[in-house]
Amino acid sequence: MSTVRIPPTLRVATGGAKQVEVPGGTVREVVTELVALHPGLEAQLLAPDGDLNRFVNAFLNDTDVRHLQALDTPVGEGDTLVLLPAMAGG
Amino acid sequence: MAIETLPAPATRSPRIVGMRCRACGGAQPIGLSYVCPACFGPLEVDYDYAVVGATLTREAIAARAPGIWRYVELLPVDQPPTRGLPVGSTPLLAAERLAPELGLDRLWIKDDTRNPSLSFKDRAVAVAAARAVEFGVEALACASTGNLAGATAAAAAALGLPAYVFIPADLEPAKVDHALAYGATVVPIEGTYDDVNRLCLEVADETGWGFVNINLRPFYAEGSKTLAYEIAESLGWRSPDVVVAPVASGAMFTRVARGFEELVELGLIERRPIRFVGGQATGCAPVATAWAAGTEVIVPVRTPDTIVRSLAIGNPADGSYAVALANGSGGSIEAIDDEVTAVAIRDVARLEGIYPETAGGVTLAAAAAARRRGVIRPGDEVVALLTGNGLKTPDARTLGHGDGIARPGQPGLAPAIRPSLSAFEQWLESGA
Repeated sequence: MSTVRIPPTLRVATGGAKQVEVPGGTVREVVTELVALHPGLEAQLLAPDGDLNRFVNAFLNDTDVRHLQALDTPVGEGDTLVLLPAMAGG
Repeated sequence: MAIETLPAPATRSPRIVGMRCRACGGAQPIGLSYVCPACFGPLEVDYDYAVVGATLTREAIAARAPGIWRYVELLPVDQPPTRGLPVGSTPLLAAERLAPELGLDRLWIKDDTRNPSLSFKDRAVAVAAARAVEFGVEALACASTGNLAGATAAAAAALGLPAYVFIPADLEPAKVDHALAYGATVVPIEGTYDDVNRLCLEVADETGWGFVNINLRPFYAEGSKTLAYEIAESLGWRSPDVVVAPVASGAMFTRVARGFEELVELGLIERRPIRFVGGQATGCAPVATAWAAGTEVIVPVRTPDTIVRSLAIGNPADGSYAVALANGSGGSIEAIDDEVTAVAIRDVARLEGIYPETAGGVTLAAAAAARRRGVIRPGDEVVALLTGNGLKTPDARTLGHGDGIARPGQPGLAPAIRPSLSAFEQWLESGA
């Protein structure tokens, strides 16, 4: 199980939960499982092709997954995945 | 990101319709929020331009005091704030000595080195801070590559709000000291700007502080449009052929374009094509790289390596919009080596008497590069935005050698001489 931290904008879909324990061996599997657990997240998190929406950045243990193996990045027991809006900063 | 929406008092201006998602078009009320709850896209301020145009005329603007609030109808506040720093109305200067050095025929410099905290960020922060006061935030905060630190700290001081400024721990000391001088709490983070920004997203969520470039970003970004309004007004209500600007997140670059577009839509200037040229540092050029590759997909830069710290954003929020703007306008995004940036800083300082920080060097070098590429053509009228002051990056013009403190032996610096005319004459005869 890994921990997914949920930003406030998405907490309506998780029933207010700030973090969710989710199984999955890769970032893709974790996100897919998260959406299965909380279907209300699909429109916000996923693009039509099943990839992450372009406005979502995913960080595994505080590292942008695009600097790792993107959605194929392995996720281990106890890892933390954070999903954050891309449109910030600068 | 707590969705704190405002009540609708009688003083709410009908010019401001609300907020709208740039991606899906969904409407949201004005609030301390920046993310579309439906699709996660960026929220932007939505205006009723019929209401804006009813009072915003050339004559009305001419009768108003200098500063960004002379264009208040196009800014996302109900009224100009009663308290704040005097921002904007910076000069547009004919750079007749520098232009030929860059291969340009007509060059104007928009000199934003002389805002209250010495960068264009004062424009964006003034708007964000005005909204922050309305939202009743406990503190003003930011994730900064340096210039924003000073701007946020100064604005907070003027408003009497605490300021928390998050920066990369290895930022230029002059910028850290600048923010401290205004009484801000500076929080250095061990990492890149992008690490700082990611952390601040979470801090903003947990604290409810008003982060000017995160949960206040829809308002903050609008402040940069005033660069376009001022340029158009300075040129006698028209647009130039080319605008050259630095690109970090891409927010300012794209909002300057929108500013000109708004003036066209309001009939304040004629529609003429404007090419938009952006400049990045080669050591952190995700937007220039995407532009050169012919894609709007930005591949983030993990470890920026450049003296141009103010542009060292590896994961630029508006990067794809910046590429689209360059492509759609016939412009370009140029990547500039640090050595070239340093030369450009020295050239504009010695030829025009304007001393910009690193991003200004990048911008001028980008203008020269765009001219060589043919994006800028003979006879074009070019406006270059110099967005920060050289005193913030004192070691940049010598490219990191030394610390920016003048020492004996430096070119142009005479040895200390006795206060006598004979000593002076001896030195002068020695070849000075």
